[in-house]
Amino acid sequence: MNIIGTSVPRKEAPNKVTGRARYTNDINVPGTFHAVMVPAHQAHAQIVSIDVDEAKKVPGVKAIITGDDVSILCGDVTEDRPPLAKDKVRYWGEPIALVVARNEAAARRAASLIKGRYKSLPVVNSIADALDKKAPLVHEKNGSYTVATPPVTPKKSSNIADEANVTKGDMDKAWKASDVKVKVHISLPQIDHAAMEPRIAKAEILADGRVLIHASTQAPFEVQKLLAKYFKLNPGQINVTAPLVGGAFGGKAGVQLEVLAYLASKAVDGQMVKIVNTREDDLATSPLGMGLEADIALGASKDGRIQAADMRFFMDIGAYTDSAPRIARAIAAQCTGPYAVANVHTDVYCVYTNHTYTTAWRGFGHMPMTFAVERAMDELAEALKMDPMDLRELNAIRPDDITPTKARLTRSNLGDLPKALTHMRQLIGWNGGRVEAVAEGKVRVQGVAAFWKTSSSPPNAVSGALITMNSDGSVNLSIGAVECGPGTKTTAAQILAEKLRIPLDRVFIHEDVNTQVDPEHWKTVASLSTYMVGRAVLDAANDLITQLMALAAAVLKCSPDDLDYGDEKIFVRDDPSIYLDFKDLALGYKYKEGDSIGGQLMGRGKFMIRHLNLLDQHTGHGRPGPAWTVGVQAVEVEYDQNTHQYRLLKAATVMDAGKVLNPAIASGQVMGGMNMGLGVASREGIFYDTEGRFLNHQFRLYKVMRMGEQPKQYLVEFIETPQVDSAYGARPIGEHAVLAIGAALANALSRAANVSLNTLPITPETIWRERRAH
Amino acid sequence: MREFTQPEQVSLTINNEPRTVVAYPGETLLYTLRGDSLGLTGAKPGCENGDCGACTVLVDGVPVKSCLVLTAEVEDHHITTVEGLREAPIQKAFLDHMAFQCGYCTSGFLMLGHALSQHVDRADEGRRTEWLRSNICRCTSYQEIADAVTETCSSLE
Repeated sequence: MNIIGTSVPRKEAPNKVTGRARYTNDINVPGTFHAVMVPAHQAHAQIVSIDVDEAKKVPGVKAIITGDDVSILCGDVTEDRPPLAKDKVRYWGEPIALVVARNEAAARRAASLIKGRYKSLPVVNSIADALDKKAPLVHEKNGSYTVATPPVTPKKSSNIADEANVTKGDMDKAWKASDVKVKVHISLPQIDHAAMEPRIAKAEILADGRVLIHASTQAPFEVQKLLAKYFKLNPGQINVTAPLVGGAFGGKAGVQLEVLAYLASKAVDGQMVKIVNTREDDLATSPLGMGLEADIALGASKDGRIQAADMRFFMDIGAYTDSAPRIARAIAAQCTGPYAVANVHTDVYCVYTNHTYTTAWRGFGHMPMTFAVERAMDELAEALKMDPMDLRELNAIRPDDITPTKARLTRSNLGDLPKALTHMRQLIGWNGGRVEAVAEGKVRVQGVAAFWKTSSSPPNAVSGALITMNSDGSVNLSIGAVECGPGTKTTAAQILAEKLRIPLDRVFIHEDVNTQVDPEHWKTVASLSTYMVGRAVLDAANDLITQLMALAAAVLKCSPDDLDYGDEKIFVRDDPSIYLDFKDLALGYKYKEGDSIGGQLMGRGKFMIRHLNLLDQHTGHGRPGPAWTVGVQAVEVEYDQNTHQYRLLKAATVMDAGKVLNPAIASGQVMGGMNMGLGVASREGIFYDTEGRFLNHQFRLYKVMRMGEQPKQYLVEFIETPQVDSAYGARPIGEHAVLAIGAALANALSRAANVSLNTLPITPETIWRERRAH
Repeated sequence: MREFTQPEQVSLTINNEPRTVVAYPGETLLYTLRGDSLGLTGAKPGCENGDCGACTVLVDGVPVKSCLVLTAEVEDHHITTVEGLREAPIQKAFLDHMAFQCGYCTSGFLMLGHALSQHVDRADEGRRTEWLRSNICRCTSYQEIADAVTETCSSLE
């Protein structure tokens, strides 16, 4: 292998350092109209009227659309979200109208003149509010909405949009038999994806009936299917293009602006219309990552073996369901963390509130879930007076164990957590979790947490790859996964170059995805693209090689079995001096006399996920993903006992990557993930006031990590236990480095400050508050 | 600064080339750069509020957030955008250190790093961090960016 396992740069890297990389908003057709949303400034209210008269008078305004003009409801699981608020608004920032104008300035001016009149309703401003018996209903029709993708079990006349349960063994009996028990309550706020490129969509309806969509999306094929469904079009009519995406993190996996862009274009006779979020829109109006409250109870024997896990998770999904039921099932399926627990009872609730609605966020619910479980693990270690690392190693899930949903684990489908823990002891210089004084009032402490994750993807997810040959023997590769930063396209090109035994610069990969040209790919989510695309690329490469061999065999008058390939040649195995160049076969072979055979060679590859199923609604049993990536994360912090300020000294990850396809890109992915997770844990969170108003919808208020705030040292190590059904054994690693690092920080600081820190973000002020309360 | 109330021609020097554009009085430099007439889309809108720095360009060698500057304000000043960097050491350093993933914030960080490398205080790590704090990257750990900038600054010593 000479390309797999090497740190080749991203294919598009030169364009990204010269300003030549083009994102959706960098490619514009002159004359494009602009659409601007009008946000509601109430969190829960009946809409009495929307006055658009003044707005209509603004020169350049072409159309104004309100909820009354739109009859559809959106949602990839439960169809509960009107694209524009209708009859009532359910969150501050929800769009109540859409202005379409010749230019952005006119659209903004008109939008500012649109006045909504409301009758305020009591605000459901927290999970506690929502679960109160007398709680006002966010959705009066909860339980009656059309379900697009079962399963989902809403509870009528309540704010519970869905419930997922898992049971394994006999929890009650095991709980009673446990020697040591801990209970932890966790409370985490909603958070934002904060991709640097705000969400954007453009739509045009051509005279021939085709609909052209350009969008910053992780799911162009989902956009195609949902628009077809909502607007009664044929999917084939809809052509979605996704150029380079400027960060996504799950926030661009849903479908929101694309629907509004289509409605806007339709309102102006199919003209090209662009809708682009301001940063304020991107935070308050487009979906966030969920908030979570959780009650975790763990029971263990005296020697530290976990016997029982009893868990309740309440997700603050905000005003609409979006993908929450699927996230709830992902949390349920992995609820124990990467530990073997024989007796489990877990309930996960999706709770409607009058907060901004939520969608997937890097890790698909596993980050807040892991925080809850890993805080409980550290509390258990303390109760047992055990080294937290030892407790994790003792209980680490292993091959032949079964998951909470009773999926059987093998050496292939599960990474090696005990080995990762062993490596972490070395990497961070584990000191047993002791609090060590370093100066007057200052202590140094380490914290550890472990994670696991599988894809929780639909059982029929597909991917594909198409290879065409150029006249010089180089190849073009077309896949349906978008490039949003992790190097998905580059990895696919590496896999193809390796398989064809050609240099990487002989593989040209389409930077954009176009649903009319590129093969279907489920979505660029769940860290699954390398697995799914990789298999499709290998399939396509094999198809191409077979064709090259067959054509060469005919020309060389031998059996394809006599042939081998390399160095862009097909040659006779026992006499390589008899050969044909790829370039002489690429567009068909031309004999000396001029007559020719073959034609352009094209490789076709496909992949469909196998052996997955939906979780049983009663027992929760089922198989949620092809494999579980595992890893362990640790931090070292210096904490000031007087001011409660802390400095991040080290952050470390050991992950079982199966096979590292590109070490530099993989390390970068993990370092970036740790940085993001530490940002979330140390400073991020959406704040609503008592009226449910969104308070921090700008980056000066919603604080993310900035230069100099990152740990002094990032440490990354991979171990490689192959996942045998994946290309070259690679395991999914895209999301994972965010999953447990926040928990590791909370575990370290809880010990340093001698108080349980079970809420995020952890700031000096929150530490001070917690200490004062205890 | 010349005052005007209607769209007017404005003369700019962009990447050492004289350019003339028609700008509205309230038009930001970011908008002008990215508009159809110049098409310099390397500068990115990320917040249009001065918080994220994705739109950073240089005006007379000093990094500014082009979303906070009016085009009218920079008439007759020298503007450098990422498209004006020609094999600058900072670009190679960003490639070598893989100091980007999605690439959306990259132009802004490149302009900051390039300006820093020309700055008298470039050897001062505290100064470098202070400058780089004005921009946001959501993909990397910042360490890659810091390393690329440090290498560029120190190679010029």
